[in-house]
Amino acid sequence: MTCQQCGQREAVVHLTQIVNNEVSTVHLCERCAAERGIESGAELEQSPLGSLLATVGKDVGAGLPETETAGLGQLKCESCGATLKDFRDVGRLGCAQCYTTFARPLRELLRRVHGSTQHLGKRYVEPGAAATTDPDALMRELREQLERAVESENFERAAQVRDQLRALE
Amino acid sequence: MIDLTLLSDGGMQWLDASGPRSDMVLSTRIRLARNLAGRVFGMRNSAADRESILTVVQEAARDVPQLDHAMLIRLDHLPQLDRQLLHERHLVSKDIAGLEPTGRVRAGAALLVQDQVGLMVNEEDHLRLQGLCSGFALEAAYDAVNGVDSELGQRLAFAFHPEFGYLTSCPTNVGTGLRASVLIHLPGLVLTKEISKVLQGLSQVGLTFRGLYGEGSEVVGNYFQLSNQTTLGKSEFDLLDHLGKMVQQVITYEEQARHVLLRDAPTVIEDKVWRAYGLLRYARSLSFEETMNLLSGVRLGVGLGLVPGLSLYALNKLLVYTQPAHLMAPDGVEGSGSEVAIRRAAYVRKTLEDEAGRRS
Repeated sequence: MTCQQCGQREAVVHLTQIVNNEVSTVHLCERCAAERGIESGAELEQSPLGSLLATVGKDVGAGLPETETAGLGQLKCESCGATLKDFRDVGRLGCAQCYTTFARPLRELLRRVHGSTQHLGKRYVEPGAAATTDPDALMRELREQLERAVESENFERAAQVRDQLRALE
Repeated sequence: MIDLTLLSDGGMQWLDASGPRSDMVLSTRIRLARNLAGRVFGMRNSAADRESILTVVQEAARDVPQLDHAMLIRLDHLPQLDRQLLHERHLVSKDIAGLEPTGRVRAGAALLVQDQVGLMVNEEDHLRLQGLCSGFALEAAYDAVNGVDSELGQRLAFAFHPEFGYLTSCPTNVGTGLRASVLIHLPGLVLTKEISKVLQGLSQVGLTFRGLYGEGSEVVGNYFQLSNQTTLGKSEFDLLDHLGKMVQQVITYEEQARHVLLRDAPTVIEDKVWRAYGLLRYARSLSFEETMNLLSGVRLGVGLGLVPGLSLYALNKLLVYTQPAHLMAPDGVEGSGSEVAIRRAAYVRKTLEDEAGRRS
């Protein structure tokens, strides 16, 4: 089906409107839909994160009751005021706290972009903070990592952490 | 015009073709993205925030041995042509230089540069640390930035998360914040039409390619920037090891392609190389794109041993110095397109004449 507005491109947005008690359906391509202010996610395709961004936070909602997912787009970072919608629009996070605020939808995105959510590179120690040498603290951190790895279905990582834990025990 | 004479080689040591495999690989660049803890990221912060970040970073850098006599360049105080010049030298990104079509230079945007290490302040991330080395030198480039990163990290608190690693404005950089790029010349694969297969293969193993000037830039003169696509879930060592092995593979493919070309079409190749040389040596007007393509042909000839005595250093220099901002008149006035093309041809001619004079 071709777009009813431009008559050239393939119609992908099917909009049902009720005007003066009359029901009408308009078939539009993404560009014409965007011109009418209908969000289709087409613009996002141009950013390197592309279509992935448009789905941020949406997949997370699958299987959850609607009342829990409805507010996700309005989820707001207390530190910088950025919302999940802001992130979807520009593809950039507002501050470090955003990573905690939006951790759940972000994990989904990171898994798709990087194939993982767990940093395995250089461990950063803040100035003044002592490096973790306390074995109990290390075990605690590894257990947390193991939990996260299992939760994110990163079984390869989980096996690595499990081995590290066994070696310590 | 900005004075870069205090920098050794004008900030372009990577041009000297001293690194491994300089015949094919122009440079290796590694950048680390870092943000300061407790501060809003670059896209949302105010001009005052950015000024204060620059002050804090400058103070910290003073105590870092690798940056203790770094030159500070305030991009926000420079006219566009100077910013473009720095970009043409690969010292700053298009974004921080305010050269994106929709962008403009942001307050507090600055570059600290010393030897092969550059520190962009107030880019998309608060800090973008970059190391540039000649040739195929992933380890050397990483060592150059890693040391500075550790030193800076002891003086500034970086935003770091136990699960996600170093936090960045864009989630495609999170984790290690590391992007390694190898700028490689692949005329053999282009001529034998094998290039798309190779590039496709690279994308399947998590690598990506760009043009001469990084993200969003077009491929000109058969130069490709090969880099890692992911930054999270692998250690720095693994990321570099993987990229290194794949680049090595690409080098082997390119060598095979060149071998095939010389075996099956020696006269065609020789003719192509010398035509390119002849045009560069005698033309009176050259566009940027034509120059890039002709330089590619001559470089291939040098690699195949067909053009004796022409140094890679001279070819590398031509690549940078024939770009628009480098060809502006000494009085800083940008010429029209045709004036620049005439100036470009004169510069190329002079360089090749000098090289020929050096040989005889």
